[in-house]
Amino acid sequence: MSAAIEISNLQYSYPDGRAALRGLSLRVERGDSAAIVGPNGAGKSTLLLHLNGLLPPQNGSVKIHGMPVAAENFKEIRRRVGLVFQNPDDQLFCVSVFDDVAFGPLNLGLGPEDVRDRVSESLAAVGISGYEERSPHHLSFGEKKLVAIATVLSMRPDILAFDEPSSNLDPRASYALMETINALKATKLIVTHDLAFARATTKRTAVINEGRIVAEGPTERILSDAALLRANGLAADVHA
Amino acid sequence: MKHSFLDKYSDLDSAVHRIDARVKALCALGMIAAVVTTPVERALPFAAYFAILASVFLLSGIPLRHILARLLIVAPFVLLFAVIAPFVPHYSGEAGHRVGVLGLRYYPSGITMLISVTAKAMGGVLCIVALTSTTPFSELLRALERLRVPKFFLALLSFAYRYLFIFIDEFERMKRARDARSFGGKRWWHMQVLGRMVGTMFLRSFERGERVYGAMAARGFDGAFRSIRPLRIDAGDAATGAAFAALVAAAWLAL
Repeated sequence: MSAAIEISNLQYSYPDGRAALRGLSLRVERGDSAAIVGPNGAGKSTLLLHLNGLLPPQNGSVKIHGMPVAAENFKEIRRRVGLVFQNPDDQLFCVSVFDDVAFGPLNLGLGPEDVRDRVSESLAAVGISGYEERSPHHLSFGEKKLVAIATVLSMRPDILAFDEPSSNLDPRASYALMETINALKATKLIVTHDLAFARATTKRTAVINEGRIVAEGPTERILSDAALLRANGLAADVHA
Repeated sequence: MKHSFLDKYSDLDSAVHRIDARVKALCALGMIAAVVTTPVERALPFAAYFAILASVFLLSGIPLRHILARLLIVAPFVLLFAVIAPFVPHYSGEAGHRVGVLGLRYYPSGITMLISVTAKAMGGVLCIVALTSTTPFSELLRALERLRVPKFFLALLSFAYRYLFIFIDEFERMKRARDARSFGGKRWWHMQVLGRMVGTMFLRSFERGERVYGAMAARGFDGAFRSIRPLRIDAGDAATGAAFAALVAAAWLAL
């Protein structure tokens, strides 16, 4: 059976010529929860944008459930891969929570009844039932994050990819988000430099640095390898 | 930060707030049309219009302060016009009275014109204030959609409404950062700094636009704006709308 995500030798350079991904390869099995940890500028967000074709591969390939990410598959791939952006204000662009969560299902061509079902089901999954008529700019940051997750859950994706889910959250909101993510049934890819968050939400971890995967394995093992973490900007050298 | 200066008070609960947004939008539009097409020489219709608006506001429970503050929006235009209007002839061959300063002439019809413009502008603004203060913006958009306003235009309105607040927050943060580091300096220098801030805002909005488009594309956006329309217009709303229309029409025609 093909993997949920299969990336091989992916390369990408920004328009100004700076290389972001330099031959990155990664495999995530169906139903797995995987973290990608790495320092700022390692290429984490760029990698995520390749998962549903928002950035087309310049070199190498990305396959989702065996299907190459290419223009003719965008519709299906964007239904299967739910991207949760780092800043919920980018993801919530409608004037009400309902409109935002309904946006994906409406684009899938579902009817009014199905759309309403999907909206209430998705809000329930992140624990904020009844938020339909609220407007995003009156929500707290933590609530916005939850709504942002609901907006992709409503498309019933097989794969959920989160970009820095715990950024800007206080510890309590961050903990609540961990629990929410752990309760979701899907293949999960979590891009972060919050190691505690990675530990609490994933079984496998890959370390990314300078556009390449430099280590991959069970989360517990990777995150207890102090030398590896130090070498890749994930732990500071402490001189006692 | 929370802003709600656009549709402030729209979440109150009153007889006016509960009316279907479509009915309200149509009433407001019809009333504006009536106000601007009534010759100002006929004082009675105008008295009727303002009486109608006053009762709507009374029913809605919107504070008078808020309404007056909104009326101030037209003040600069009216003021500008008030300064100019008395000195411009409004029909050809009109005889003016010499004022004696700078060769200016004073035309009585200018005063009528001024009253007309002021009354119509105020009437129009009051209609819009009545509509937007009793209807949440999202519902207003839905109403306009059901009234077949093009979706593209609605999407533009909805983005403007959604991101306006975010841009205001962003600009305020930037201003704070500037104020924290800015001591004295010449006016010219301040203008330069402000110019750069506006430039930065432009770049940031541009980048945000790209990210938002990414978020839309990620959820299957293909250029078509779709929505479902919950229809909940009832007989009561329709009757209210009809009664309102009859009242305005009576003022426009008969008086």
